[in-house]
Amino acid sequence: MMDFLKEMWHFLRVRKKLWLAPLIVIMIMLGGLLIFVEGSVLAPFIYSIF
Amino acid sequence: MYILGISAFYHDSAACILKNGEIIAAAQEERFTRKKHDSGFPNLAIEFCIKQANIRPSEIDNIVFYEKPFLKFERLLETYLAYAPKGFSSFAMAMPIWIKDKLFQKTALIKEFNKVLDKDINWNDRLLFSEHHLSHAASAFYPSPFERAAVLTIDGVGEWTTTSVAIGDGSDLKVLKEIHFPHSLGLLYSAFTYYTGFKVNSGEYKVMGLAPYGEPRFADLIFENLIKLNSDGSFQLDMSYFEFATGLTMTNKKFDKLFGGPARVSETQLTQREMDLAASIQKVTQEIILKIAKNIAKETGEKNLCLAGGVALNCVANGILTREKIFEKIWIQPAAGDAGGALGAALSSWHLHKNKKRTITSKQDSMKGCFLGPKFKDDEIEGEFKACGAKYNRLNDDELIDKVASEIANQKAVGWAQGRMEFGPRALGGRSIIADPRSPTIQKQLNLKVKYRESFRPFAPSVLVEDVNDWFEHQNDSPYMLLVANVKHDKRRIMTDKENALFGIEKLNIPRSSVPAITHVDYSARIQTVHADTNPRYHSLISKFKEKTGFPILVNTSFNVRGEPIVCSPTDAFKCFMGTELDILVFENYILLKDEQDLSLIENYEEQYELD
Repeated sequence: MMDFLKEMWHFLRVRKKLWLAPLIVIMIMLGGLLIFVEGSVLAPFIYSIF
Repeated sequence: MYILGISAFYHDSAACILKNGEIIAAAQEERFTRKKHDSGFPNLAIEFCIKQANIRPSEIDNIVFYEKPFLKFERLLETYLAYAPKGFSSFAMAMPIWIKDKLFQKTALIKEFNKVLDKDINWNDRLLFSEHHLSHAASAFYPSPFERAAVLTIDGVGEWTTTSVAIGDGSDLKVLKEIHFPHSLGLLYSAFTYYTGFKVNSGEYKVMGLAPYGEPRFADLIFENLIKLNSDGSFQLDMSYFEFATGLTMTNKKFDKLFGGPARVSETQLTQREMDLAASIQKVTQEIILKIAKNIAKETGEKNLCLAGGVALNCVANGILTREKIFEKIWIQPAAGDAGGALGAALSSWHLHKNKKRTITSKQDSMKGCFLGPKFKDDEIEGEFKACGAKYNRLNDDELIDKVASEIANQKAVGWAQGRMEFGPRALGGRSIIADPRSPTIQKQLNLKVKYRESFRPFAPSVLVEDVNDWFEHQNDSPYMLLVANVKHDKRRIMTDKENALFGIEKLNIPRSSVPAITHVDYSARIQTVHADTNPRYHSLISKFKEKTGFPILVNTSFNVRGEPIVCSPTDAFKCFMGTELDILVFENYILLKDEQDLSLIENYEEQYELD
């Protein structure tokens, strides 16, 4: 995961797209949450948010 | 030094291996998994490449992926942001897939390399990424026979780029300019593929085949509304007519309104309207490509042009480009679609990353006739045929060539497999169905009873290169079946007034030349020139057919049924042979006659594959 974050940071800097970083962080957190709760009792509550 | 190139995870996964810059092997994953346009990780194609190169995985110096996932993700995010809140449903569908899998493609690739290759090697250090259109450009320029050339790549979309112009000089390749998403000629063509009721990413060549039945009555409407073509060949789409940037379809209601109705429902009756739409988008595409090419010639002063990207498979446009003589010579990568990206990725790494010198060794090109796939030995063929329960005979070369040429002249349809399998979408006499071009009924017979596909679809001729000028209005080589030219006037049949008055699909049943099976309704043919040096056995067969009939031409279509990948192994070939109305199967020196086979082995083959 650290490697991924480093590479993504490097990519955003080279591309001068640092403004995309907050959006990506939010998306990964939400995506991670979705994947984490998949199949759990929390899933229906999380899905209802979307 | 070995470099492995791979393309995967979109469509047409493939692998290719280079040894010191020489192309050793290349194959599409679909040929092994038997799943058309397979987009999965190409583990079987990689295994084949390594086996063909006869190396251990540790000997691979670099693996190069054909595109950059982060750059693609950037395009997706920015596109969604630009169109927000429109496109939320597409966003909600795409993002979980990206967050779960695609964004971590490097990790996923390394996991697969550990599984398929060798888990004790640090693949992270050996893995490189090329850009999608750079991969296409490299696949077009480096194998070409040119020391210098302008390179044009056109497809749907890569990361951001949809069209690029580059200059190749020796081992150097520099991108000069690009057109970015959503403005895409490939996606415009795909929008009409969708609208005429065919599958996007596979039905485009059906639209091209349908075009000669129609009149381009919508071409002006397209230019006036959908696309703004600038004087330098660049273009912009009016996105208010399209849904592909944000939605789950290609076109929208405004598009339907412009063309007077909704998209044709797949597999329903084709009408003159679809034919006219096909003719119109084909005309528009040709005009745009010509304009781009003229501008490239003017701006760069280059004499040669290389082409790649899915749109470079539009052989009608390629034929016109050749005849217009904007460039002295044109070379088109035969695996112009994404499969060829694997080859381009590996080549770009060899020349641009490792700075290795390029040497042009052959006057033709370095694709080895495109015969880069697996070949089967006699014991392997016998073993597979025995396991299938096939009844076969083995003939020597002379007997076999003579027998097959005679049977074709007797109107038999032959499944012909020999040598290494082709790389790319075309069968070039390695895995082909071949037949007599003189027959006025063979096109219908092959389409409906062998290929199980639409009756309007044309067939291509394989013609001896020595005779191409006598039969077609075409001067140059076309070994990869990527150029369309007309049948010569003296070979054509003069139409009666009644026949001339026919419209659309009615034209199909009228023989138009002395080789009606390969003459399309507009007298055109998608030519494959057959060369003794790159395709000796197939050349011998056509020569023998010429000796017997006076015709140096055979009908050549890919050895598969609709929706099936082209056959690879003897087992694939036998199954297709038994599931269709093919009369004879030839695999290397083995010949199988349908009459001699156990009829209980016949399967319902027509419904085994999902329609393309």
